[in-house]
Amino acid sequence: MKKLLNTLYVTRQETYVHKERDTIVINSAGEKLAQFPALTISNILCFGQVSVSPPMMGYCGENGIGLVFYTEYGRFLARMIGKQTGNVLLRRTQYRLADDPEKANAIARVMVGAKIANARTVLMREIRNHGEHANISRAVEQLGYSLKSCQFSQSVPQTMGIEGDAAATYFSVFNGLIRGSRFQFNGRIRRPATDPVNALLSFIYSLITQECVSALMGVGLDPYVGFLHQDRPGRPSLALDLLEEFRASWADRFVLTLLNRRQLSPQAFVTEASGAVRLTDDTRKQVLVAFQERKQEEVVHPYLQEKVPYGLLPHCQALLLARHLRGDMEFYTPYLIK
Amino acid sequence: MMVAEAKEMEVLTISALQHVAYCPRQFALIHVEQVWEENFFTAHGQVLHQRVDAGAAEQRGNVRSERAVSVYSTKLGLSGKLDLLEVDVSGENTRYFPVEYKRGKPKVEDWDRIQLCAQAMCLEEMRGIRITEGAMWYWQERKRQSVQIDQTLRDATVSAIKLAREILLSGRTPSPVKEKSRCKACSLNELCVPDAIRKDNSANYVEQMFHQGVHA
Ligand code: SF4
Repeated sequence: MKKLLNTLYVTRQETYVHKERDTIVINSAGEKLAQFPALTISNILCFGQVSVSPPMMGYCGENGIGLVFYTEYGRFLARMIGKQTGNVLLRRTQYRLADDPEKANAIARVMVGAKIANARTVLMREIRNHGEHANISRAVEQLGYSLKSCQFSQSVPQTMGIEGDAAATYFSVFNGLIRGSRFQFNGRIRRPATDPVNALLSFIYSLITQECVSALMGVGLDPYVGFLHQDRPGRPSLALDLLEEFRASWADRFVLTLLNRRQLSPQAFVTEASGAVRLTDDTRKQVLVAFQERKQEEVVHPYLQEKVPYGLLPHCQALLLARHLRGDMEFYTPYLIK
Repeated sequence: MMVAEAKEMEVLTISALQHVAYCPRQFALIHVEQVWEENFFTAHGQVLHQRVDAGAAEQRGNVRSERAVSVYSTKLGLSGKLDLLEVDVSGENTRYFPVEYKRGKPKVEDWDRIQLCAQAMCLEEMRGIRITEGAMWYWQERKRQSVQIDQTLRDATVSAIKLAREILLSGRTPSPVKEKSRCKACSLNELCVPDAIRKDNSANYVEQMFHQGVHA
């Protein structure tokens, strides 16, 4: 498999990222803070007041290094895209299938199926490790039905509906997976999050979405044209499609680990006057370090039967999706946890 | 047949013939899908060729050596470069002798010889001559291996050209080669995922995923 390169997270404010020969240099107030060989970096994520020199941008574009901008609080802002690479035939196939309701649904329902199967596995594991729990068992059963109806879903809107129901079922018992009483989860709330758990979930989803965008672009697919998610200007629909199978399997489990290992306290979050909750600077840094560590951990890929680091899973899936679109494989084979 | 086709067709580079001869899927990944990793060409031979390109023409007795000679064929729709062309003017007729440089050892298979043969056929068309012999120079062994440009090799070369064109036209990527040993030595392995495709188990995999639900 491909090598997992490093992601550079620039969280310090008022910094300047530029290139010196073959290295990436980070300056603050005219002082050199850090320097990395450019060849070892696959993504640069900038949070808040971080500026990047045009030559650095050009280098990123030419070498397929993802350059992504977030607000200081971790909300996605923009991604820099260099010149289009990869194969136009593959993208044409992607567009053709996305436009064909039946074929689009054939892929969409497998992706949603994987999302439900993984959510279900997470709940079943909870029962295995912490004993029977009526609500969770009921949710497992219900997700089983969702999974089955997903297999026979006739259209993308129907698949979407199944996905929505399954997500509601899963999140209705999610609070039961958080140990202790320090954090409460009362359902999924997006933009803006009004509790720490939602703030964390949104942050991690956003990080993995960007990993998916990079991976899709890397194999020559267009991250903005999806099968499940419909086109909307500026929305990386295909990356969001790909994210589905990583939500429970990767993002949620990662968030639960952070909370249940008591790595974060309620003081790690700030509530703004509006009621919006965000991570403090230190918390964000701490979460990014843990996220980076997780990416290095290896798992056996359930379809490729090969050991790969977590961080390469989006690449593996983008590759398998491309191979399916090219007609090499009859079905798209999503990432499933045991 | 070739004449008419070649006109509307894009010109193939001779070096692409070794890809199609080695593995048609590799050829498609590189030339149709263009998914090669940036370092594919650098890793394969570019370094050696730089060294070969550098030399200017030199004369030794009756034999003139020219390096990095451009050749093409409108009939075959081919273009490329010869590493070395030896021109012997001692006899009644000028003799042309193409030499191709390769890293590594002599190969059992045809793919290097096909490339040489294609070069010879280009030269024949350009000069109105007949070439019966050329040579491969293998870096690792540091010796020449003579190659007969016979009918069998010519047929194999024309077949490789035809196959390459068919793949380009259809835009389809063939299945992986049977010879797994080739995949081990192939730098596109990671992008090709030959094992996942040789035994396409995807239907079963997806079926099992959906099946989990009924045994809730
Ligand atoms: S890995 Fe094997 S099948 Fe794939 S391109 Fe290389 S040689 Fe061909």
